[in-house]
Amino acid sequence: MGVLADTWAWLATASHWTGPDGVWTRLGEHLYLTAVCLVISCALALPAGIVLGHLGRGGALAVNISNAGRAVPTFAVLVLLLMSPLGTHGQWPTVVALVLFAVPPLLTNAWTGMREVDRDAVLAARGAGMSGGQLLRQVELPLAAPMVMTGVRSAAVQVVATATLAALPGGGGLGRIITAGFARYDTPQVVAGAVLVAALALLVEGVLALAQRSADPLRRTRPTPVPSLPDNQTGR
Amino acid sequence: MAVVTATTAGREAAAPPGDCLAANEWICGEYLRTRSQELVDATLQHVGITAASVLLGLVLAVPLALLARRGRRAAGTVLGLTTALYTVPSLAMFSLLLPLFGLSAAVVVAGLTLYSLTVLVRNVLAGLEAVPEEVREAARGMGYGPAGMLLKVELPLALPAVTAGLRITAVSAVSLTTVGAIVGHGGLGNLIYSGMKSVFRAEVLTASVICVLLAVLADLALLGLQRLLTPWTRPARPPRARRVPRRDAAAPPAKEAV
Repeated sequence: MGVLADTWAWLATASHWTGPDGVWTRLGEHLYLTAVCLVISCALALPAGIVLGHLGRGGALAVNISNAGRAVPTFAVLVLLLMSPLGTHGQWPTVVALVLFAVPPLLTNAWTGMREVDRDAVLAARGAGMSGGQLLRQVELPLAAPMVMTGVRSAAVQVVATATLAALPGGGGLGRIITAGFARYDTPQVVAGAVLVAALALLVEGVLALAQRSADPLRRTRPTPVPSLPDNQTGR
Repeated sequence: MAVVTATTAGREAAAPPGDCLAANEWICGEYLRTRSQELVDATLQHVGITAASVLLGLVLAVPLALLARRGRRAAGTVLGLTTALYTVPSLAMFSLLLPLFGLSAAVVVAGLTLYSLTVLVRNVLAGLEAVPEEVREAARGMGYGPAGMLLKVELPLALPAVTAGLRITAVSAVSLTTVGAIVGHGGLGNLIYSGMKSVFRAEVLTASVICVLLAVLADLALLGLQRLLTPWTRPARPPRARRVPRRDAAAPPAKEAV
């Protein structure tokens, strides 16, 4: 197929990788945005989800926030933020949008993970005289860790996807290669950009899946699970 | 476009009071009146793309779920592949499909169909696997072959899981359709895109709000459909609850009709 060969030729051209519009610059922007926004989102959502789950409160919020996140188009939020007063502040509209869409999977999974901790384990810990804080740190959190990590994984994939879309209203990142390709009617560049974005998303997902496996304290006692259901993810 | 000039910063300051189009306000009744046809067209395109992709996804998900049911390895492969598809960001997905379908609505429909498989295959599979073995045995005893069993016993009993998957799929498809604006077929996304280019606030906000409303409507409509199709999953009233203690043992209506 001609397109495949042309895409390969685009990727094999050294000048496409260097310079201010090059792949390395765009990849750097993408990774930087992803990392910063993921850290901010985790700092906001994980403590909230873990404490609410520990207390058994806020279930309606924790569940519905994911549904809301799915119903609201990421593209619309990106454009609305850009056109709001925040839009004149550089990268901030993108950062806010990325954080907004990363919070729901983090909060929902952290809350669900805490609630799904075996009640017998919790009762035994209480019977052994553990305080609320000890229970949270020594029993609930380790047992909830796999679900919390599922949330981090969903959120990371979400952030990578949203950061790609941020190129439509003119943000940085690998999405810019795609939008620039569209602007020039350059299909090989569009496809090459898409290949890079898809590879990055799959790589992030794969690395975090491995991290998740090592975060599961019971992994040796469980059969290999089928891939987890991404139904708490929001838009792509 | 007249609107582009009407919404430039220069005109904004000089806008006569009460003219929300010239003042480029977020909420503008005048916009709704003068551009209603454009909004209706975009909404119809949006609904069409969403509905086509979800239906196509469902048609493909059933055979894939049947394939996945054949064993652990098949299940791992099918579920792994459909999950990987979901990882690909929408902008990249539509771009990758561009050489196959060109600049057309088919790009968006195909991309959303692939996304829908992630949740639909999983939910169809979960629904089929939740059918109690006694029900299968009873159906076999009544003379159902594999096809009859699937169509008249297993799929009806899997409906709650399938419709739950359809709700998730439809809501995210409504929201993802907007990204189709990159190929010019994004329904309301086209208006968001053009409003972004011309800094037309009312156009962006109105299209975004309609989009969210569409997602909520799709969710409610499918919830209604589920209630209608699966009356046995509704919580029974207290006196009846005692007579039917196990709701998972209740027979689907399709079975009684034979």
